[in-house]
Amino acid sequence: MEQAVPPKAGPRAFVKRLRNGDEIAHLITLVFASSILLITSALVYELWVNSRLARVQFGFGFFAKTIWDPISGDFGAAPFIYGTLVTAIVSLAIALPLGLAAAIFLAELAPRKLSDSIAFLIDLLAAVPSVIYGLLGIFIVVPLMRTTVGPALIHTVGRVPVIGKFFKGPNYGVGFLTAGVVLAIMIVPFIISVSREVLLTVPREQREAALGLGSTRWEATWKVVVPWARTGIMGSVFLALARALGETMAVTMVIGNDPKIAASLFAPGYTIAAVIANEFSEATGNLYLAALIELGLVLFLMTFILNGLARILIVATDRGGGHPA
Amino acid sequence: MIRARLIWRKSLNAVMLTLTGVAAFAVVSVLFLILGYLVINGGRSLNWDFFTQLPKPVGETGGGMANAIVGSLKLLFLAAIFGLPIGLIGGVYLAEFGGKTFSFITRYTADLLNGVPSIVIGIFAYALFVLPVKHFSTFAGGVALAIMVIPITLRSTEEFLRAVPNNLREGSMALGASKWRTIASVILPAARGGIITGMLLALARVAGETAPLLFTAFGNRFWSPGWNQPISSLPRMIYDYAISPYDDWHRQAWAAGLVLLGLVLIANIGTRLVLSRGGGGRSA
Repeated sequence: MEQAVPPKAGPRAFVKRLRNGDEIAHLITLVFASSILLITSALVYELWVNSRLARVQFGFGFFAKTIWDPISGDFGAAPFIYGTLVTAIVSLAIALPLGLAAAIFLAELAPRKLSDSIAFLIDLLAAVPSVIYGLLGIFIVVPLMRTTVGPALIHTVGRVPVIGKFFKGPNYGVGFLTAGVVLAIMIVPFIISVSREVLLTVPREQREAALGLGSTRWEATWKVVVPWARTGIMGSVFLALARALGETMAVTMVIGNDPKIAASLFAPGYTIAAVIANEFSEATGNLYLAALIELGLVLFLMTFILNGLARILIVATDRGGGHPA
Repeated sequence: MIRARLIWRKSLNAVMLTLTGVAAFAVVSVLFLILGYLVINGGRSLNWDFFTQLPKPVGETGGGMANAIVGSLKLLFLAAIFGLPIGLIGGVYLAEFGGKTFSFITRYTADLLNGVPSIVIGIFAYALFVLPVKHFSTFAGGVALAIMVIPITLRSTEEFLRAVPNNLREGSMALGASKWRTIASVILPAARGGIITGMLLALARVAGETAPLLFTAFGNRFWSPGWNQPISSLPRMIYDYAISPYDDWHRQAWAAGLVLLGLVLIANIGTRLVLSRGGGGRSA
């Protein structure tokens, strides 16, 4: 635009462009688009400034300390970070095989129409509000865990030497495992829909070549198609992991809300998001509030980094899939 | 030897392929399980009082959630009037005006903002609108939801504008229309269906949010006149009632869950059906 204007006619041309409104429309829309950057920076700024008290008081020791004592004003984040990571890992351990298998079915085996209808239903599953998962968690999953699944696991996996350690101890129904199961149900739709998209971008020739060499359908899928889509699937996992870390309501309702670090997956625990949800509006004193906001900052950074990585990975496969190497 | 290997490979093939199918149907069946439980448990306790009465004090049975339903609507209204225009106009910038680097940064930031846990958005709205005035308000809750609406609307608007064929743009410009004229009277109307769908989906998503409202809109067992007082919402009531020790409240939590899920699913199914019929980028 600029270079087309001869220097002498400058002011007049500028007025003309102003009059036909394009420059104004450009500027106005630019301002609105920039609001995204403004909001995000303001978000970081507010979290940083409002957590100052806790950051100054506890320094990096905040992350290692296991005490959470609002009465004496001593706060440590370790139990919450532990709970957040453990529930996320449990949920991923369940959701990744399940989601990947379902995505393979939808992308490779199911006829297009069936695949599309199932994908539609899975999108609906992703739209179910978190608090509804929590409601079903409290009244369906927790009793099931207490009476059936928990005891069964204790009597079988609990006796295996090394991993048995995680499946021992009193079983209340609420705890890391229950939260992980509910989270798994919540994140599986994200793994499926992103992985399915990525698998569908794998060029047809790749499958045909593998089948032509005599592989079975499964071998072609597992040894050729899935490795081709590896980066995108990783992206979907990071995306799901970020969701699991930040999920609040459903986890708060089934994890037991006890700030302890326990090896047993049956033990009640606490996550960052859950402690903020439970204690924020009742936090008395500035230090208490600052400690909770610092937890929010930690959560923000964790999900920010994971989401950032996920987007890069997904974009990378989109391009890779377009040009068969 | 080779024969045994072949049988092994073929059976592995059959087993694994069956398992993938089982996985897909297992996930889908969860949706029907959720629906089934809510319809059975919620349907039993859903009655006219639920929509017209205020919550009863602890210990008395009955009562409804009229205030929470109105509360959710008021919060959604705020989310819509603040969030949708910003997302829409920002999306127009990205699709029609944007250069390379700045658009990329904005788009990327929008995706990241979309991924920020809703509870953190709640802290942000608390710091901005609750901390300075020292009390919870409808306004703070509505803005928290609006912040979540913006990136979703922005990205969906951009996507549907990009789907509008370029010959429409060229045709309009060839007739002498300026760029903004082209956008306002040709491009936006052409993408109208898709853009509105995106907006509805964004609102449906935040309608079920609880976490950002916990310490912004807070909650209220009575009517909340105006915009400056704490207000209840359906998700908040479900949460409070589900974790309470009273059976009657549990029943009402199921009823509220059914109503909320019904609304969210209807919005999702309706808009997605419209979209798949090609209402997205087609001109009227």
